[in-house]
Amino acid sequence: MRRASALAPRGFLSWAVVLVIGAVFAVPIIAMIEFTLRDPAGGHSLVHWGALFNPANTAEFGQIWIGVGNSAQLALVTVAIVLVLLAPTMVLVHLRFPRLRRVLEFLCLLPISIPAIVLVVGFAPIYLVIGRAIGTGIWPLGFAYGITVLPYAYRAIQANLGGIEARVLAEAARSLGASSRQILTRVLLPNLRQGLLSASLISLAVVLGEYTIASLLNRQNLQTALVVVNKQDPYLSIILTLLTLLFGFLLLALIDGVSGGRRSRRTKGRS
Amino acid sequence: MTHALPADAPAPKTPTSSRAGRSRSSGARLGAIFGIVPFTAYLLLFLAIPTVISLFSGLFDGHGRFTPANLTALWDPTVLGAFWASIWLSAVTAAIGVLVGFLLCYALLGFRPGGVVRTIVDAASSMLAQFGGVMLAFAVIATIGLQGFITLWLKGAFHLDLFASGPWLYGMPGLVIAYVYFQVPLMVITFLPALTALRAEWMEATLTLGGTRGVFWRRVGVPLLAPSLLASFLLLFANAFSAYATAAALASQGAPIVPLQIRTALTSETMLGRQGMAGVLALGMIIVMAIVMTTYALVSRKAARWQA
Amino acid sequence: MISSHPSQDPRTTGSNMLVRERGDGSPVAFSAVQKFFGTKQVLRDFEMQIEPGEFVSLLGPSGCGKTTALRVLAGLEEPSSGFVSIGGVEVTGVPTNRRDLGMVFQAYSLFPHLDSLHNVMFGLQMRKVSKRQATDRAREALDLVGLSETADRYPAQLSGGQQQRVALARALVTQPKVLLLDEPLSALDAKVRVQLREEIRRLQLRLGITTIFVTHDQEEALAVSDRVAVMAGGRIEQIGTPEDLYTRPSSSTVAAFVGLSSVLPAQILDDRADVLGFSLPVLGRAANGPARVRVRPENIRLVAEGGVPAVVETSVYLGALRRTRVRTAEGLRLSVQHRADERLDYGDPVRFAIDPVAVSVEPVAGTPEPR
Repeated sequence: MRRASALAPRGFLSWAVVLVIGAVFAVPIIAMIEFTLRDPAGGHSLVHWGALFNPANTAEFGQIWIGVGNSAQLALVTVAIVLVLLAPTMVLVHLRFPRLRRVLEFLCLLPISIPAIVLVVGFAPIYLVIGRAIGTGIWPLGFAYGITVLPYAYRAIQANLGGIEARVLAEAARSLGASSRQILTRVLLPNLRQGLLSASLISLAVVLGEYTIASLLNRQNLQTALVVVNKQDPYLSIILTLLTLLFGFLLLALIDGVSGGRRSRRTKGRS
Repeated sequence: MTHALPADAPAPKTPTSSRAGRSRSSGARLGAIFGIVPFTAYLLLFLAIPTVISLFSGLFDGHGRFTPANLTALWDPTVLGAFWASIWLSAVTAAIGVLVGFLLCYALLGFRPGGVVRTIVDAASSMLAQFGGVMLAFAVIATIGLQGFITLWLKGAFHLDLFASGPWLYGMPGLVIAYVYFQVPLMVITFLPALTALRAEWMEATLTLGGTRGVFWRRVGVPLLAPSLLASFLLLFANAFSAYATAAALASQGAPIVPLQIRTALTSETMLGRQGMAGVLALGMIIVMAIVMTTYALVSRKAARWQA
Repeated sequence: MISSHPSQDPRTTGSNMLVRERGDGSPVAFSAVQKFFGTKQVLRDFEMQIEPGEFVSLLGPSGCGKTTALRVLAGLEEPSSGFVSIGGVEVTGVPTNRRDLGMVFQAYSLFPHLDSLHNVMFGLQMRKVSKRQATDRAREALDLVGLSETADRYPAQLSGGQQQRVALARALVTQPKVLLLDEPLSALDAKVRVQLREEIRRLQLRLGITTIFVTHDQEEALAVSDRVAVMAGGRIEQIGTPEDLYTRPSSSTVAAFVGLSSVLPAQILDDRADVLGFSLPVLGRAANGPARVRVRPENIRLVAEGGVPAVVETSVYLGALRRTRVRTAEGLRLSVQHRADERLDYGDPVRFAIDPVAVSVEPVAGTPEPR
């Protein structure tokens, strides 16, 4: 492990490729930053960033705040679906119905194969009914989002569940006299913490970036608000995009840290 | 209908009825079965029913009678054109993504796993693969839009007008450029594990057996990676084919690809004679996706065969 | 699968072209090899001469540099200085693929997309042997390791032991100058490990191929080698026949690593060690004063009377003999080897004596005799 892989290209080639591709991917970020620094009077200044704190822009901010608030509600509902519906079912199937595992996997990964735009066609009549029954509040949309995050959340939890030998742990706990509830709360959940955390974080990231379903079902979330604001004040929308990207980067770095920490601990244990 | 919403159902727990833990009584089994009911109900309501609706809504008229009439719309030249455009866009961006992503993955082998470079590329890839959509469209416009950073720079420094041949950015060429920005990161995420599963021992065994590095790649590396490469291509294709938000935000006028046609159909559902059009287009997309994803599943099973 | 034909001789036909008379192997030499990884030195002045057809083991704990030495010989690592030669020709700087080697790795070195036969044929194809001839020779090589029936199986369909046999056939089929074995048995089950090591040795003797075997298992090294090099900290502590290492370890490091021994406090006086009242000869020279000595379990006897009293802690039945761990009144623990029918249980009182066989000594740094 002291060296990079023997299969690797020569060092300078590696650097060249990473730097060139990295530059290509950095350009849009730089471009966005430059764009937000343009002064209408010519040259560059922080005038657009300053506008963030200008109370005169309340109309636009109103849009954004509604979007952010709605996205937060949606994130809450979605994460709740992952933690309350998906995770216990996965544990249960893993322990008690191993033959259903393949079925569960298939169903949870299925949404990858169904484009969001297609799901919208199916969701439209359902949300028409929901809207008539309980109003057009934003939170029921979380049930739709729960479906779109299913593959990601499933993978995150499954990676953890498969790695901890849940069956053996459960049997060991049972042999020590633990009840089923104790097995779940004292043994399995603590060991699944990291999987549940990264499943929640990735769900959050997906929900914050979601546009298709919300816009076509005429709901407002962060992304639809960004589109609306973009038409009024492109500078503001790009500033907000940068901030969202930054937040997303931190979120995903956190996921990486969560799952990476688990990996390194496991390899350390082996050696 | 809403009374059956899973939120109203009690939160599922693992079998609490076998609390004593002495035996797997039939009561415990019943409890366990009860435990998977809420999630099943959720999947039924929000995955199965919508999928069935989008599959079949195009096949029934406004009165619930079966009508294949809408299906004929799939042969409408504009619809066919849209499918062709979607497939072309997906194939081209998937090819670019596979190529560039492969290069990047290969270069990453030169860096220590867990090192700074790998960590940064990993994190950036998972973010960019995730954050396509609206924000990507904004980024592209800020870069090579009419007032974009690169556009202005080229104009100022080289008197080059990016848009001399028209506003291509808001058509297919613009979509290709935008899509590459999420295809390459997705390639890195899906392909890097396969590439790192190549063992250094195989290179060393090749060398000790009298082969060169070139021989290793030709006779061992490429044959082993081919299924993974194909699987990645299919996944990238599916990814581009189902993408909507980027195109919706970028190409707000005109509808060159299927997802945008669905938008048009959905937002003008009342248009006479076009009822169910969205359903038919959705059905077409599902058919394409089913073919691609089934092939993907088969190929990646083959790819996984030698990976421990 | 393997147990169905346990430890049989390698099957050979008169026409098997792999089987040659012993003695035309190539000599191998390391001269003053140094190897640094960054600032860490893993080989220090590594010197070793290996005779044609000799089987030499590099033995040592992980990180002692044994694998690096092997990889330097293979050309998979460049030495920082010094050189290596194969067959009397210096090969430093010659790329691996032109060194004419056969190498077996720890595990998973078979190409997973090729069946056994094509794995074995690979090296022959590199040497532009005709397809027909390559197939024949590969089949013979598989026959030699007792795996002719698995020619069309893929590595994933083979057991760990079978995989390593195929890897061995692949390494031998090109009739290389040297056979390099990099802990080829360490990933296998104990039983298969013993079977395969004996088979490797038998094949090696039959083919007369110079062989270097890296292992961290001292029993394995003693069992198969003509000579064993015990390594520590990047250099060779001692190289010699298994008997040399076991009975005349040149340092306490070697004594500790090779075989089992009990560490006991002693007083050294004029090259005799006084251990619990027994006067024992000393290996090499030792300074007078307090020291620790290592006594082999077979050199400690149970006696009916006299000797030192002790109490049994554990007693392990090993088939032909028994190894019992006893504890003296002062709290010293030592291992005694005795006849299997002398059954002992926990708490039994016993008496033991130490035979006057030379022991290795390590000084106790400046401290008076413990207890």
